[in-house]
Amino acid sequence: MIATAYAIPDVLVFLTSALLILVGAVGVLAMRNPVHSALSLIMALFGVAVAFVAQSADFLAAVQIIVYAGAIVVLFLFVIMFLGVDRTETVRVEPLVGQRVFAGAGVLVTVAGLITLFARSHWVTGAIAVSSSGQPLSTGSANVTQLGTAVFTTYLFAFEATAALLIVAVVGAVLLARRERAVDAEGSQS
Amino acid sequence: MNVPAAWYLVLAALLFGIGAFGVLTRRSALIMFMCLELMLNAVNLTFVTFSRTLNDIGGQAAVFFVMVVAAAEVTVGLGIVVSVFRRRSSTSVDELSEMKG
Repeated sequence: MIATAYAIPDVLVFLTSALLILVGAVGVLAMRNPVHSALSLIMALFGVAVAFVAQSADFLAAVQIIVYAGAIVVLFLFVIMFLGVDRTETVRVEPLVGQRVFAGAGVLVTVAGLITLFARSHWVTGAIAVSSSGQPLSTGSANVTQLGTAVFTTYLFAFEATAALLIVAVVGAVLLARRERAVDAEGSQS
Repeated sequence: MNVPAAWYLVLAALLFGIGAFGVLTRRSALIMFMCLELMLNAVNLTFVTFSRTLNDIGGQAAVFFVMVVAAAEVTVGLGIVVSVFRRRSSTSVDELSEMKG
């Protein structure tokens, strides 16, 4: 019934990405070992990349794989190994009584509210073509052209601001993770 | 015809919920960061879905910037985790309670 309304490949791609995302996300949450959580995170991020490709965001899918799965998760794994915290966390103990129940209830209400909002709203108002003359988004290399044009013209100021943000973040991370040499020297002398 | 946007929106809502539950319940700072990434990705998925539905490239540009900010956030956040771990030998957020009233 579904297959008659929508093209079967599209449905299959959606189901694949949904499976990857949900299994990966639950894995991040449920795994005891942080390394396993990080690997599940890669799975979920890959699922999101599949969903990006299915919705003609080819460039973002590539960036998703390269930046998220390639760089950010590796950074996570590096910190996990570096700190040696890859032992299992005791999940059985619950320091705050009822924390999980309240968290679950809050999340349930939020998600149910979101889904209700999606179901009852008419997002496609017909008022499309805010910036792209109403043409459907291109795929493949044309998508890169389109996105690049938008980033370097309409959103140029934001682009420059993110450059500054990255510089500040790198300097901040170096400062935060640096050992304080003066304290170490005193410690070794005494 | 592509599958309706609502499917992807519901998927993003579920992903956001799972991530939010993880941030609220897990106590290891590293796992909380991973769940934050899940929430950011849920929002990215919503942006891309609306970008397709409304034929507006602005949504994809927003995702681009969210990714940059997420990378910066993870860098600084993990720097803080490393620096806290040096003093405490622990990444559990329950032990950071000096400012408790």
